[in-house]
Amino acid sequence: MNDTVSIVIVSHSKDIAKGTADMVRQMVGSEVKVAFCGGNPEGGLGTSVALIVDAINDAWSPKGVAILVDLGGAETNSEMAVEMLDPERRDLVVVCNAPIVEGAVMAATEAAGGSSLAEVRAVAEELSAD
Amino acid sequence: MLETSNVNGQIFTGNVQLVHAVGMHARPAVKLTKLAKKFEAQISVRVAGAAEWINAKSVAKIMAMRAAHGSIIEIKALGSDAEAAVAALIDLIATDFPDGTA
Repeated sequence: MNDTVSIVIVSHSKDIAKGTADMVRQMVGSEVKVAFCGGNPEGGLGTSVALIVDAINDAWSPKGVAILVDLGGAETNSEMAVEMLDPERRDLVVVCNAPIVEGAVMAATEAAGGSSLAEVRAVAEELSAD
Repeated sequence: MLETSNVNGQIFTGNVQLVHAVGMHARPAVKLTKLAKKFEAQISVRVAGAAEWINAKSVAKIMAMRAAHGSIIEIKALGSDAEAAVAALIDLIATDFPDGTA
């Protein structure tokens, strides 16, 4: 399980995060670890740095973790979460500039083939390049 | 249908009809890409007669090719395992992308 890049999905909505993770598992399979978080600790819409840190550590792979986010705060909070990781883990986590659902499915497809974190990120970000 | 033509090194080609009811949508595209990535060979596909060949290992490009139900998919591969790659992709498409294959 540890020879593929893992995926973390961060949405303002727990339902969207979970639904996106379900799509990845169904479409790509179980060889890529997927973790998700969404909503604030009170159960409303939002993102929480602490929950994102937990999701990254849950999904952890020595090959790295690619994070897919939805709107603004999800990205800034994900970046803060990366800063709070153990120093040796920080360089192995990237926040992808890609649409959350399509990016997650394509990143996971690329990861399933054993690609590096940079390759996985490039495939996800190909979607926003045109 | 697998044809082998050794005119240009080790290029293997084949074509197969897309029997999937809704054409090359997301889930078949993921399966095709995952299978293609298992081979060393460079693999390209296109809807028969299309101007451009598409890298079979790029899931974004495969989804974007929008092949319709009933269309003929052409496959070509170059490399040490090219023949097996073409055969495997033809089988995947001809058997309508069964679950658990890729």
